[in-house]
Amino acid sequence: METTLPSGREDGQAEAEFNTRLIEDVLARYPEKSAKRRRKHLAVAAPGEEAADTDQPVTECDVKSNIKSIPGVMTIRGCAYAGSKGVVWGPVKDMVHISHGPVGCGHYSWSQRRNYYTGTTGVDSFVTMQFTSDFQEKDIVFGGDKKLEKLIDEIVDLFPLANGISIQSECPIGLIGDDIEAVAKKKNKEHGKTIVPVRCEGFRGVSQSLGHHIANDVIRDWVLDKKEIAFEAGPNDVNIIGDYNIGGDAWASRILLEEMGLRVIGAWSGDATLAEIERAPKARLNLIHCYRSMNYICRHMEEKHGIPWEEYNFFGPTQIEQSLRTIARHFGPEIIDRCEAVIAKYRPLVDAVIAKYRPRLEGKTVMLYVGGLRPRHVITAYEDLGMEIVGTGYEFAHSDDYQRTGHYVKNGTLIYDDVTGYELEKFIEGVRPDLVGSGIKEKYPVQKMGIPFRQMHSWDYSGPYHGYDGFAIFARDMDLAINNPVWGLFKAPWDVMPAAAE
Amino acid sequence: MPQSAETVLDYARLFREPEYQEMFARKKAEFECGHPDQKVVQIGEWTKSWEYREKNLARQALSINPVKACQPLGAVFAAAGFEGTLSFVHGSQGCVAYYRSHLSRHFKEPCSAVSSSMTEDAAVFGGLNNMIDGLANAYALYAPKMIAVSTTCMAEVIGDDLQAFITNAKVKGSVPQDFDVPYAHTPAFVGSHVDGYDVMVKGILENFWKDREHVHTDRINIIPGFDGFCVGNIRELKRMLGLMGVKATVLADTSDQFDTPSDGEFRMFAGGTKLEDVRAALNAKATLSLQEYCTRKTLEYVEGKGQQVKAFHYPLGVSATDEFLMEVARLAGKGIPEQLRLERGRLVDAIADSQSYLHGKRYAIFGDPDFVYAMARFVLETGGEPVHCLATNGNKAWEEQMHTLLASSPYGKGCNVWAGKDLWHLRSFLFTEKVDLMIGSSYGKYLERDTGTPLIRLTFPIFDRHHHHRFPIMGYQGGLSVLVKILDRIFETLDAESSETGTTDYAFDLTR
Repeated sequence: METTLPSGREDGQAEAEFNTRLIEDVLARYPEKSAKRRRKHLAVAAPGEEAADTDQPVTECDVKSNIKSIPGVMTIRGCAYAGSKGVVWGPVKDMVHISHGPVGCGHYSWSQRRNYYTGTTGVDSFVTMQFTSDFQEKDIVFGGDKKLEKLIDEIVDLFPLANGISIQSECPIGLIGDDIEAVAKKKNKEHGKTIVPVRCEGFRGVSQSLGHHIANDVIRDWVLDKKEIAFEAGPNDVNIIGDYNIGGDAWASRILLEEMGLRVIGAWSGDATLAEIERAPKARLNLIHCYRSMNYICRHMEEKHGIPWEEYNFFGPTQIEQSLRTIARHFGPEIIDRCEAVIAKYRPLVDAVIAKYRPRLEGKTVMLYVGGLRPRHVITAYEDLGMEIVGTGYEFAHSDDYQRTGHYVKNGTLIYDDVTGYELEKFIEGVRPDLVGSGIKEKYPVQKMGIPFRQMHSWDYSGPYHGYDGFAIFARDMDLAINNPVWGLFKAPWDVMPAAAE
Repeated sequence: MPQSAETVLDYARLFREPEYQEMFARKKAEFECGHPDQKVVQIGEWTKSWEYREKNLARQALSINPVKACQPLGAVFAAAGFEGTLSFVHGSQGCVAYYRSHLSRHFKEPCSAVSSSMTEDAAVFGGLNNMIDGLANAYALYAPKMIAVSTTCMAEVIGDDLQAFITNAKVKGSVPQDFDVPYAHTPAFVGSHVDGYDVMVKGILENFWKDREHVHTDRINIIPGFDGFCVGNIRELKRMLGLMGVKATVLADTSDQFDTPSDGEFRMFAGGTKLEDVRAALNAKATLSLQEYCTRKTLEYVEGKGQQVKAFHYPLGVSATDEFLMEVARLAGKGIPEQLRLERGRLVDAIADSQSYLHGKRYAIFGDPDFVYAMARFVLETGGEPVHCLATNGNKAWEEQMHTLLASSPYGKGCNVWAGKDLWHLRSFLFTEKVDLMIGSSYGKYLERDTGTPLIRLTFPIFDRHHHHRFPIMGYQGGLSVLVKILDRIFETLDAESSETGTTDYAFDLTR
């Protein structure tokens, strides 16, 4: 794998100066008070200390994060409900997830995250359905607990094969003081099914992030260790944590773990069943992909059940290899050997993918703006294809995410936390990268500017991107985004040759 | 190893490979602890029964796959139809992310809106400071000509008073005193997106019309309503009015905002009704609404200002377009030009040419109340039989209007009208009383899979097909394109049913 930087970027000094000016330009437009607040979220990556576990110097990405967005800007963030229902709980397939409150939240999040699963929808699986208590004014005035009780009875009646129910609170629930915990307890006794209340009202916290945390706490308090589980784990049993199976990501990951001789008890929470979650504390090791959304439950299982956890990154061959080896080290020589065999098996695929796509992508620059882990994890996958990340940032990171980001980015890289629509647009205009990777809300403004774009939350209805099988798709997708002839059609010929105008 | 660089298999094909199929089987057998296959089949069959339908209809508290969104979405959509207007949604910020995504996914276009980003402290102390800072930031960054404020359920539950807040913010200098900041209270626990559209249009008219008296002119106003086909429809509307020589103001003209070109420039604001035209619209002779349920409060207000008002139900098909054009002609004192007469005749000609495939076809139609009414009316004109007409956000008045419409034609006999019901109800109906075709939004694709009923996507939202909204479905030309979509689906179904070599392909006809 080639590791040298493109010429002119050895120290990143020129980029740092350019990006610093760009940040100042952007801040100049804000009212003073807001400029002061936004300044703390924007930075350029700077040289840092040498990391303990490698001989590579680690870059510093020092910005403020996980604090309130300023009002009146186009923040790209979502809310706690989106973090719990949309991310953590929603993909658990054999449970019914109630969007408890007015109709909108459930409607907009209905089938939008491409959390793939197998099952018979409406009979034993419910991910692509929208269940809501559709709050009316009278529910606000008199409270919704009675309605919720009845609604749970109706779910049990109409969907006898649902193995559990989660109650995902929308804003009004917390504001009017409904006691969803009491309803959950009562109905759990009556029906003998797992029923969990999740206090993920959208106004809580500053972004999706608190919703992830709350969802994790509910798994801890309402699911784990609540039943006798007749299951004995084997010596090589692991859990996949923090993979939501977007476009089948968790499947393309699981196949590698199984090939190297591990047994995956459960995948959280893409394509997961309640039983998989319940059995998780018996595993030998937790493997966590999206650290931001599910580190909480890993820490809990480490403390309570003594299960160690390991972060891994399955984007692109460099990180896949490194992660597979790190994972294998937790097990015996047999697994280590099989791990090497897996790496060797897929090497020809990796070589062929890189041979085909790298020449088309070499030297192309990328700006990223996504959610949980991808602003750092996916960087190396681009680099495997000869591409360079010139800017990155998170919607809802905490400071530990930015500490981890330093391992991946080069000096001078533009770093933006909770970037606003205005800032992102100006940064993109200033940097003019060859590709932007962000979400649906950013896609069309960027494309109108004539810059190729990939959705890095949903893979633009493609995928998987994880694992070796996913890397081939990732490479193809970046090629099709950047090298499509359409980008050459933006300028009318009479604009290029003024003589032809009129 | 199924994957290769030469032929990259993505999700649609990759997971059908044996390696993955074996993995799924292992996962299911060893870890999922699901129910036995036989049980799943048995319950699955039960959900198709009349017994299940009764149980399903008996639901009182639970809503499953309802066909409606909440009020603020309608407000954001309406505001996008005015020149240089930025939507500012007062409340927690996640909602705005959802509205923007939702509209972007349908139109494949940018959708700009800001939030006042209220969190716990605002829930306790109110969101006044968020409004003050928020308006200042929005005004400074995006340089809009107008900021249209609506609310989320959070702001409504804690009782924030928009008028007082906006006044306060202006006093604090967030925006100039004379800057237009219309507003609408849009609680998500009342009504649906069509009501949000209504109150936002009303709020904007009030902003420009308050304390002013109506001075009669010959112009007319037309309010299109919440329409996922606004791009094609509004342009078609303007073309027809142009042919008639009628001067009209389209209030909430979203056609350009959701159809900006790709030429290297991102236009945050595009097109929209000019603010001076909104001001002048007070003096129109009449205001026509193309969708009654999107404009009930607005029309009441407009009528109070001294204008004639009339509401249509999404003019689509022959007689509905006739009715609309004749009303416009009457109000404007203009004749209907030959060009439109020819277009009308061509639509009638097309229906006559295809009559044998349309006659007696049974339909399920779902969506917003005006859309369902319009589609049912057109289906009746083609000799089709509406069997289930469903609007989750329909009410008693709508049910009555539907019954009157259905009673006007022998083909409407026995049609079920379902106000307040959802798509899980419709699933039961489609299993127990089968139809040939279903007309609605992309959400119908799950019903198509479960019940085998072919779906024709003709209303918002259409997420899984591209660019339909760019073509009109209103007017005679629009009627033609609706007709072609229905016919294509009929012919595709016929071909699919007769495509098996050696058994069913005797009917695999070339000429139809």
